[in-house]
Amino acid sequence: MAITREEVRHVAMLFRMSLSEEEIARLQQQLSQIIDYFQVLQQVDTEGVPPTSHTLALENVMRDDEPRPSYPAEDILANAPLSEGGFFRVRAVLE
Amino acid sequence: MPPVELYDLTIHEASDLLSRRELSSRELTQAVLDRIHQVEERVEAFVTITEELALKQADEADRRIAAGDAAPLTGIPAAIKDVICTKGVPTTCGSRMLANFLPPYQAHVTERLLDAGLVMVGKANMDEFAMGSSTENSAFHPTHNPWDLERVPGGSSGGSAAAVAASECIYALGSDTGGSIRQPAALCGVVGFKPTYGRISRFGLVAFASSLDQIGPLTKDVTDCALVMNVIAGHDRRDSTSAPLDVPDYTQSLITDLKGIRIGVPQEYFVEGMDSQVRASIEAAVNKMAELGAEVDWQVSLPSTGPALACYYIIAPSEAMANLARYDGVKYGYSDRRGDSMWQNMELTRQHGFGDEVKRRIMLGTYALSAGYYDAYYLKAQKVRTLIRREFDAAFQRCDVLVTAVSPTPAFKLGEKVADPLQMYLSDVCTIPMNIAGLPAISVPCGFAPAEGGLPVGVQIVAKPFDETTILRVAYAYEQATDWHKARPSL
Repeated sequence: MAITREEVRHVAMLFRMSLSEEEIARLQQQLSQIIDYFQVLQQVDTEGVPPTSHTLALENVMRDDEPRPSYPAEDILANAPLSEGGFFRVRAVLE
Repeated sequence: MPPVELYDLTIHEASDLLSRRELSSRELTQAVLDRIHQVEERVEAFVTITEELALKQADEADRRIAAGDAAPLTGIPAAIKDVICTKGVPTTCGSRMLANFLPPYQAHVTERLLDAGLVMVGKANMDEFAMGSSTENSAFHPTHNPWDLERVPGGSSGGSAAAVAASECIYALGSDTGGSIRQPAALCGVVGFKPTYGRISRFGLVAFASSLDQIGPLTKDVTDCALVMNVIAGHDRRDSTSAPLDVPDYTQSLITDLKGIRIGVPQEYFVEGMDSQVRASIEAAVNKMAELGAEVDWQVSLPSTGPALACYYIIAPSEAMANLARYDGVKYGYSDRRGDSMWQNMELTRQHGFGDEVKRRIMLGTYALSAGYYDAYYLKAQKVRTLIRREFDAAFQRCDVLVTAVSPTPAFKLGEKVADPLQMYLSDVCTIPMNIAGLPAISVPCGFAPAEGGLPVGVQIVAKPFDETTILRVAYAYEQATDWHKARPSL
């Protein structure tokens, strides 16, 4: 297996996502198979080749800093699971 | 009236009848809605059907037509993939996470279509967050291939392709990150076009992999494809990756002569395990293009085609992981609040809001970007991406277009590949390299596989960046010399 159960747990926590024991077992097997498949890339010679992050040759697209109306706060908050007084509401972060 | 059902009309046929006042948008829209009522129970192409809205828009379109203010798309019923924001109409992305999400704004393409007189009959089903090749990853229901209801329509724009093939709309919009317009178009026997990355604004397209995603049309023929492109292509300042280039009138490319066109056939695209009927259809399509005047080089080589698949399944999940981090149960979407803390709620929201494939890709992306693995996976994949681009650049020094298969096989059975993610990923092998290189590519019907009871096969035509016109020219000339696009499934 290319990835251990502990690593699956660790990666899930890096993303802040919980997983059931059954999901961890299945993902360990499936991710291992896929990561093994990725080894095909190691056979490609990329010595001196620069990386491509984007196919368009655009850089630093700028515009004038002109104020424009934004979306009304109530429209944005309309989809919020919990809101109060014009804010998104979450559980206390600090004890 | 011609002896066809109204719902079977193309955009250009319907538009001619509308402008001659031989048909109203109301009649056409009602015919399409009746068709939806007749077949949707079996096809399940939609997440949401917007009947009331469609009839209202049809009446508006009829008023525009009466006032002499009609454009080619005015009053023509369409389906929009449920990953494209429609203000006030649910946009679910096929996910439990967004099951109740009402976008506060329109996507750029929706805005353009509305200005052109859109009649929207519904939001099309899809693999969750556009991740999949079969539409089986929808959180709501799978979609069935209209040519064989036991089979998948392809994906992720499977709802859009099935809706066009089943005449549940006249045209549809989809999105393509690794083949998600072209592969379902091929499997459902319709035309599907992924334009150059940057040709169409992604503003309002829910993000999957931002350097690969592109919106495009699914239509019944190439003329319709050009008509939709004329409306949705072009620069938009709200998407900084949209190209500040002029857009030609794509209908000018619709000529039936291929003299002077140089076609390359890359050998690596005849992949191991390719269905022999698919191979034969592709070869026959190339021979037909040669008959129409094109020169063909059968020996083009693109050696990085194989590694492109691994490259994609590192880059796309890495970008997806960054994009999907926004689903935290706080700002919008599903919110699981059974935990004891904000963090625990966020963890539970993602566990229960995302489906299996989305979680798998988040995990792959997070792994590939994590400390100690970044150079071996993500950086390596980006370097291979450069090699893939260079190979295409070199090929386009000698060829105007490349012609390949879209999918190595016709439509597979529902459930066949669900348990084996890697096998599912391999079905994208012919379409992924174009997203990696940002190239435009179309899928056009090119035959039927008789051994499977007559399932559609699609041929892919690829060109250099922003050369959509040459693709449409080759696609149109080929289409007009064949009858494949006229076939409709019996439902």
